[in-house]
Amino acid sequence: MTDADAPLLQVKHLFVKFFTRRGTVHAVRDVSFDIARGETLGLVGESGSGKSVTAQALMGLIDLPGRITGGDVRWHGQSLLEGDGSLLRRVRGQEIAMVFQDPMTSLNPLFTVGTQIGEVLRRHRKMTRAAARTRVIELLDLVGLSNPGQRVDQYPHELSGGMRQRVLIAMALACEPQLLIADEPTTALDVTIQAQILELIADLQQRLGLAVLMITHDLGVVAGLCDRVAVMYSGKIVELATADDLFHRPAHPYSAGLLRSTPRLDVVIPRLVSIEGSPPDLVSPPVGCAFAERCHLATEECRESMPGLHFQDDGRKVACWRPFEAEGPAPVTAGEGGR
Amino acid sequence: MSEADTLVRLDGVTVTFDVGRDGFWGRHPKQLRAVDDVSFTIGRGETLGLVGESGSGKSTIGRALLRRTPVASGTITFDGQDITHVRGEPLRRLRRHMQLVFQDPYASLNPRMTVAELVSEPLRVHGMADSVEGARPVVSALLERCGLPADAADRYPHAFSGGQRQRVGIARALALEPAFIVADEPVSALDVSIRAQVVNLLQDLQRERNLTYLFIAHDLSVVRHISHRIAILYCGKLVELGPTADIYDRTKHPYTTALLSSVPIPDPPLQRSRTRIVLAGEVPNPVDPPPGCRFQTRCPMAEARCREQAPPLEEKAPGHWAACWLS
Ligand SMILES: Nc1ncnc2c1ncn2[C@@H]1O[C@H](COP(=O)(O)OP(=O)(O)OP(=O)(O)O)[C@@H](O)[C@H]1O
Ligand SMILES: Nc1ncnc2c1ncn2[C@@H]1O[C@H](COP(=O)(O)OP(=O)(O)OP(=O)(O)O)[C@@H](O)[C@H]1O
Ligand SMILES: [Mg+2]
Ligand SMILES: [Mg+2]
Repeated sequence: MTDADAPLLQVKHLFVKFFTRRGTVHAVRDVSFDIARGETLGLVGESGSGKSVTAQALMGLIDLPGRITGGDVRWHGQSLLEGDGSLLRRVRGQEIAMVFQDPMTSLNPLFTVGTQIGEVLRRHRKMTRAAARTRVIELLDLVGLSNPGQRVDQYPHELSGGMRQRVLIAMALACEPQLLIADEPTTALDVTIQAQILELIADLQQRLGLAVLMITHDLGVVAGLCDRVAVMYSGKIVELATADDLFHRPAHPYSAGLLRSTPRLDVVIPRLVSIEGSPPDLVSPPVGCAFAERCHLATEECRESMPGLHFQDDGRKVACWRPFEAEGPAPVTAGEGGR
Repeated sequence: MSEADTLVRLDGVTVTFDVGRDGFWGRHPKQLRAVDDVSFTIGRGETLGLVGESGSGKSTIGRALLRRTPVASGTITFDGQDITHVRGEPLRRLRRHMQLVFQDPYASLNPRMTVAELVSEPLRVHGMADSVEGARPVVSALLERCGLPADAADRYPHAFSGGQRQRVGIARALALEPAFIVADEPVSALDVSIRAQVVNLLQDLQRERNLTYLFIAHDLSVVRHISHRIAILYCGKLVELGPTADIYDRTKHPYTTALLSSVPIPDPPLQRSRTRIVLAGEVPNPVDPPPGCRFQTRCPMAEARCREQAPPLEEKAPGHWAACWLS
């Protein structure tokens, strides 16, 4: 029984902790967001902010010493976390699929591309060996690999990084998922190959009506691909806005700082404006706003009490006691230099 | 640029690696031309950005310049002196003046040494300090200049964040007061907010000490920001070289054009409306490069001549060089 009106995916007040020797790592702290059918949501933030752990939690992939300690994940309105886990097992890999950063570690070096993707189809779709092979060749063609009839019999090490990432995307698409979670899918690739993969994801999304959760630390990747963007800092979402709103008028001082410290290909500025300091240790996160220590707008209030993620007049959500006060990115005056 | 203003000069430098054997009973050693006939100069106090995709030969050029990799042919000149074949004690003395900052601050620092030991090591090796204690004042000044806390000296690398470790790497490279630094992807492993701190530090140090940088990176936005001139490599060949603004605004090589159009711009309406040139295919294997221009297999403009004859690097406009038959 699914709720037709419910968003495709709802994440509600999610908490994830890792119980390590060093202490409890509060990796994800009260994260909530929705993804609509066919929508692309970007999840950006620096290293250690909790992006991958959030994605893993959605897929039920948090292993010891970690545990989901609160909140819920709903798929078509139904909880993936409650119950005996049978819904999660059915959904994972079929209706929700995932692509990771490093294509080599997620492929088994001992089996051909065809065997690995075919295995997914045979397990989930109960296809025969011959039918699976035909479908694999179609999928490899769909993701733009040349000579799919030949590639199907190759081993991962015989392919380049870009080709391996295409194979992983083909594998993720094998069961026609409704949501693709892509965790830094292009970070390990060269720019020209990154452009190919991003083009592929945008194209598949259009053709298949796929929803995408795009995890990246590259603001440029988000700008071209995403409808909405969630900015994470120290395990929390600090701003959730449409891409246009976020980039043109960031409301959270951290979002503003990120944009200002990112050099742009098309704008020349004499000096980058950096955010001094570094993120707090998540074993003992501060009681107040986690960004306060690095924020030049911070007041006593910011250090003492944590701002909730609240709606603003323009419909975005921001967790800040002084939203819209930070200076945004330098105004763009130059034309597009790079062509 | 007059000869006196030139600090580093490469003339027709080729670096090859033996990679296995080929043919009947392996009679033909297979060679990979990682760097093929590359020439450029770097002026005193200048930053030359070196850009190219993975495997294009960037690090190999940096290592050849620092005399850490032998060259097959060509000459390397440093401060007016031919250093291509310098060895022994003269090479050791030369090393004082040229230093390397690595990409990976994790892998490049010995985890068992304290920061004071790490930063003073070059001084001790070159006989400019007799002990870690003796080097303390210099080390403290360097750490402070690189933005590290005063108590950093007695801590181990693991106690620092990535950005701080990179600061330690920079302090260590500066210890001998070098004139020239090869920075091989020094900020690639860092987060955006930290990357800006380190880029600013490198720029400030350059101004204060008139440092000369070869700045290797694959992020064209950072390279544009930091470089005075830019060299673009493709598969071991220099395809374009010129002042930064010219490379971006008056591009002369179709590979550079494609590279620039692949870099996403953090501005949604602009990024959505850009005409992007998405190159088909992959960089050719340098063991077995295609005939003619190495870019012809992916070039949207390639003609018959491009497939037969490699274009020479020519000065297409003052100070702006490109290797393309069509520009
Ligand atoms: N297995 C684990 N054990 C202990 N701590 C963990 C584990 N996995 C993640 N963490 C911690 O959880 C926090 C969030 O990590 P996460 O991998 O989600 O970051 P991220 O935003 O994906 O960063 P990156 O950009 O580096 O991939 C970090 O502080 C990390 O150290
Ligand atoms: N010691 C070596 N032995 C054999 N081949 C090598 C060696 N060092 C480098 N190569 C090869 O030389 C070519 C250039 O390598 P190099 O490391 O200079 O590339 P790069 O541009 O620095 O790439 P990256 O961006 O991945 O660091 C590559 O094809 C590489 O495989
Ligand atoms: Mg991650
Ligand atoms: Mg390299």
